[in-house]
Amino acid sequence: MSQPQLPVADPEPDETGTTEDLSAETGRSSGAVASASQRRLIWWRFRKHRLAMIGMWLLVIMYTVAAFAGFFAPFSTSSYEGQHAYHPPQVPQFSFAEGLYVHPTTGHTDLETLAPVFEENTEEFIHLRFFVHGDEYKLLGLIETDIHLFGPSEPGERWYALGADRTGADLLSKIIYGSQISLSIGLVGVAVSLLLGLLLGGISGYFGGTVDTILQRVIELFMSIPTLPLWLGLAASVPPQWGAVPTYLMITVILSLLGWTSLARVIRGRLLQIRDEDYVLAANLDGVSTGRIIFRHMVPAFTSHIIATVSLAVPAMILSETALSFLGLGLRAPAVSWGVLLQDAQSVNVIATAPWLLIPGLAVVLAVVAFNFVGDGLRDSADPYGKRS
Amino acid sequence: MLRFTLYRVLHVIPTLIIISIISFFIIQLPPGDFLTTQIAALEAQGESLDPAQLEALRIRYGIGEPFWVQYWKWISNIVLHGDFGLSFQYQRPVADLISERLGLTVLLGLATLILTWVIALPAGVISAIRQHKAADYIISVLGFVALAVPNFLAALALAYIGFRFFGQSVGGLFSAEYVNAPWSFGRVLDLLEHLWIPVVVIALAGTAGIIRTTRANMLDELHKPYVTTARAKGLPEGRTIRKYPLRIALNPFVSTAGWNIPSIFDGEVIVATVLALGTTGPLLLGSLRSQDMYLAGGIILIIAVLTVIGTFISDLLLAAVDPRVRFGKA
Repeated sequence: MSQPQLPVADPEPDETGTTEDLSAETGRSSGAVASASQRRLIWWRFRKHRLAMIGMWLLVIMYTVAAFAGFFAPFSTSSYEGQHAYHPPQVPQFSFAEGLYVHPTTGHTDLETLAPVFEENTEEFIHLRFFVHGDEYKLLGLIETDIHLFGPSEPGERWYALGADRTGADLLSKIIYGSQISLSIGLVGVAVSLLLGLLLGGISGYFGGTVDTILQRVIELFMSIPTLPLWLGLAASVPPQWGAVPTYLMITVILSLLGWTSLARVIRGRLLQIRDEDYVLAANLDGVSTGRIIFRHMVPAFTSHIIATVSLAVPAMILSETALSFLGLGLRAPAVSWGVLLQDAQSVNVIATAPWLLIPGLAVVLAVVAFNFVGDGLRDSADPYGKRS
Repeated sequence: MLRFTLYRVLHVIPTLIIISIISFFIIQLPPGDFLTTQIAALEAQGESLDPAQLEALRIRYGIGEPFWVQYWKWISNIVLHGDFGLSFQYQRPVADLISERLGLTVLLGLATLILTWVIALPAGVISAIRQHKAADYIISVLGFVALAVPNFLAALALAYIGFRFFGQSVGGLFSAEYVNAPWSFGRVLDLLEHLWIPVVVIALAGTAGIIRTTRANMLDELHKPYVTTARAKGLPEGRTIRKYPLRIALNPFVSTAGWNIPSIFDGEVIVATVLALGTTGPLLLGSLRSQDMYLAGGIILIIAVLTVIGTFISDLLLAAVDPRVRFGKA
């Protein structure tokens, strides 16, 4: 998936700004800037990055919807209506007498063209209301309820906000449920990558010498192999009869096994750079213990960079999962993820009859762009005194 | 330069060996051995294999022997005899299957690489010169979007547009009348007509990263004293930029070109599958699905080797343009 190499968080800002620069930039008094904590400075600068703020709010919304998927989705993933396969999207209409409504439809197959045809019954109304009772679900996996944010007022009525898929299930609900896997697989995968990257990059950067050389060669080796064929090869060896959860975990591990290299490089680079800083030397001369030097003096200096790099690695993982599932080697059908949904949209012929099947792709694009904006903003603000690029 | 080249060659050889081991490891991952799979497949069709022939195959591929023995048989056959083993799905030698398609894959890769450069370099330079102006923002946002659109989605969308509005036949690299025709001028034109969709799709995904790098490098150089000196001496702006900062900003550009090759092959697998191109990507995917592991391993090996060679060439190019790299100072 053609993931382009991860942009690396700028390892060495070559000009250092002053308190005055920063106070002019954030519009705060130089006294406030001088006494503010590092975290506060980063936040002030991040807030100035308009695209990053937009991205951040998008992500907050998307993860909230994913966490309360049952509430936001009008239907559960298992509810479908066979006769409504490939039903086009229904735009709610409004009248003062009826409120928001759509007309119920009956579907059948055109015997000559074999295309699905839907007839509206304009006599009847499906009323769309807020906080309606519908399919049962467990909120956050704990609280059993059947309240949905928005949907048909009577349980059993159908409404296809974004159209229906091959089986006649509501695409909007599936996209909302799919976000649970698609948005979390990136985080879990990056967490595993980060663990590997911290461990190996840390060893490489802290000890240096032969260990460093060997690890650097290994990283270069990994970076010089096309990842997708390897992923495909590894993913093909996951037995198809495995359940959804083990497959999910396996895919995550496969994604992160090949994704740790760039993180390890960044961590090593930062460690090497910080190791030679005057304040580390000063701490050393004062007789501070190694552990305290690492955790009290060195780690805070590069956490912000690591966070920036991580936030740029998440979208790459999301794209990878989508591509693997799309090719049929990732998650498989009973599981719902954006990649699995896009499997339905494999050929141009299907898209010509049901273009709305590409909408899960828009969700992917939105999530990835949002993560990239946030990552870019974090990278700019990770070093509050560094120059702005 | 000679010393540097030799040094790099010494690095490439162990890399190639390790890559071949990884490729073979992947072949071995699925449970059971391939002969058992093949026998099962044949029996399912009501045929049976001659026991003598079976024994010959068993000895030839070292089935049942330790990993290293099997690996040695596999790799020594490839290196010494050019024999990649047999594809069960096609019942043909893997080497034949790959060589039929490799040319198109390499052509696609080269065309993509060139297009990526042609788009990304000027875009990055303009973005740096016009920093914080409209052009910069437009290029940055477009770059992010190009990075975010999954390859296959872009391919599907473009194929749909080509089909809907230009009446272009969808899929494949040739129109029906040229598929089996010998090479001619018309066939080349036909190929170019079909090649643009996959090339544009794969190239776009790669440009965003290079635009960012070029922009950052140019910004670093643009404010250095030597640029001011050139301006102070009255050099026209265009010439100033071409002659001085651009040359230095190009260095990392050449070196990242090498890192970009893997992503081109990655993109090729997906895009070629969606568009049903006759390249190695769909073959690889098909072989992985049907667990035709010798074919899969062979393709992974060839792609990885091509990538390593590409990276090697880009390292040499970098050394050629930047003396600091040659002397190990940068």
